Amino acid sequence: MERFDAIVVGAGPAGTTAALVLARSGLRVALLERGAYPGAKNLMGGVLYTEVLASLVPDFRERGAPLERYVARRGLSILSAGAETALSFQTGAWDAPPHNHGYTVLRARFDRWYAGLAEEAGAELVCGVGVDRLLADGDGTTCGVAVRMPADASPAEGELRAPVVILADGVNSVLAEAAGLRPKPRPGHVALGIKETLALPRETIEDRFGLAGDQGVAWTYVGEATGGRRGAGFLYTNRDTLSVGLVVYAADLADSDVAPAELLDRFKEHPAVAPRLRDAEPLEYGAHLVPEGGYDRVPPLARDGLLLAGDAAGLVGASPRPQGSNYAMASGELAARAVLEAREAGDFSAAALSRYRDLLAESFVLKQLEHHRDWPGFVERNPHVFASWPAALTALVEAALRQDGREPQQREAELWDLFQRRVGVLPLATTAVQLRNALRILGYGKTDRLVEYLARNW
Amino acid sequence: MSKRPTVEQRLYWNETRPDRVSHLDVRDPARCGPCDGRPCVRVCPAETYLWEAADGRLVIRFENCLECGACRIVCPHDNLDWRLPLGGRGICYRYG
Repeated sequence: MERFDAIVVGAGPAGTTAALVLARSGLRVALLERGAYPGAKNLMGGVLYTEVLASLVPDFRERGAPLERYVARRGLSILSAGAETALSFQTGAWDAPPHNHGYTVLRARFDRWYAGLAEEAGAELVCGVGVDRLLADGDGTTCGVAVRMPADASPAEGELRAPVVILADGVNSVLAEAAGLRPKPRPGHVALGIKETLALPRETIEDRFGLAGDQGVAWTYVGEATGGRRGAGFLYTNRDTLSVGLVVYAADLADSDVAPAELLDRFKEHPAVAPRLRDAEPLEYGAHLVPEGGYDRVPPLARDGLLLAGDAAGLVGASPRPQGSNYAMASGELAARAVLEAREAGDFSAAALSRYRDLLAESFVLKQLEHHRDWPGFVERNPHVFASWPAALTALVEAALRQDGREPQQREAELWDLFQRRVGVLPLATTAVQLRNALRILGYGKTDRLVEYLARNW
Repeated sequence: MSKRPTVEQRLYWNETRPDRVSHLDVRDPARCGPCDGRPCVRVCPAETYLWEAADGRLVIRFENCLECGACRIVCPHDNLDWRLPLGGRGICYRYG
């Protein structure tokens, strides 16, 4: 039986950050990873936002962080079956470091590099170990973990002891559920991400997307991308690969007659997407869940001797611009700081560790989650925004642009008729009010709880 | 790229270190028979689950599993004994 000052379960962004901060403070910390290497089980779209990383490792670029490209251009496409309405943004301001803090990454590479930093700082990284359960002493205080060692290791099982355990074992944290800290997530509060990594020569990517040097593109697709299901499609450029995939609410896939892989095929074959993927050769196919519950599903974050961080705590910014890995890093850092304070006081009780929640509440993590707390509810109550409105919008744009010799009055009449049939004044108004309240924009909270009540109970 | 790859072909792209025994199991096979819609079969991106109507049982091809956990979330009867492969086995993303 080995004794540590702290045990961290999971070497993703949350766990590795916690281990890095604790090791730098001189603690003996075990960083346990079930994969054969850090990142072996991890997958995202994806864009990594690097503010937290930069605060912890200011020279992360010089230290060879495996960043693919900085996001020089963002785009949003609204798809119908055959058409695309797109909005794109690019500014020279993002071409200079810190590049608006956004980089495309491949998580198997990034997580491995990042865990290496924790190891350099003194954390003891052990891969291939599964944590079976948490150990508790007489009064229920967590005091370590029971582990299964890597295949063929002897002994096959063991116990590691520490006065505090940080659980950063991801969205499927069955350990947090077994500890009674959170229930199994509901299908409406989780999305399934599926993704292909495709090889394409660097020059082809740069020509095709109009990129120079390390510039990259992050593009989101809604509407027909998911066959109208709640969620979105994505396309990111990496150095010499593309990341293409879908994120769809599990509840909508559970009802779906189209298998996830077929949905992905349809997305890749869409006339707006296919040319961007032409001649790209597949390298990998993966899937991962995303917590989408938002602020109101964040579980208790601490118990005697135990803290939750990252996806295990549902700390993903569910919003129109979702983010997660930077939230995970921030929560790992703050969990570590709470542990350091608790250690100073010699008190790892839930009351002492509740400092972690306070730190999170003061940070962008819970502030942003709270700000967008109504977003999951908005998505749940307004499936038409994903299902029928994208095609309605493209139909309107098509009608507005069609060159067919109509008189202006006829054109206006057709547009108005299309709008009334496929969107409608009242649905647009009620959805717009709900959206405004979910995003807390346009004077939200200043005047009208009543309007919000009416919109919800229309 | 013009032809759609099957899920099986997709899984061949990946690096996997298969476990010797299944990390997935059904708790009570009798509950799968009358299940409405079998969301585990629908939601799995790796075709891990196959409903054998003739035998009235759920076949689990655990070596397909990408360990995403979607099946566990959508099972309306909480009937999946969902675990993780041991000792670094299972999916090993090289890109992620």
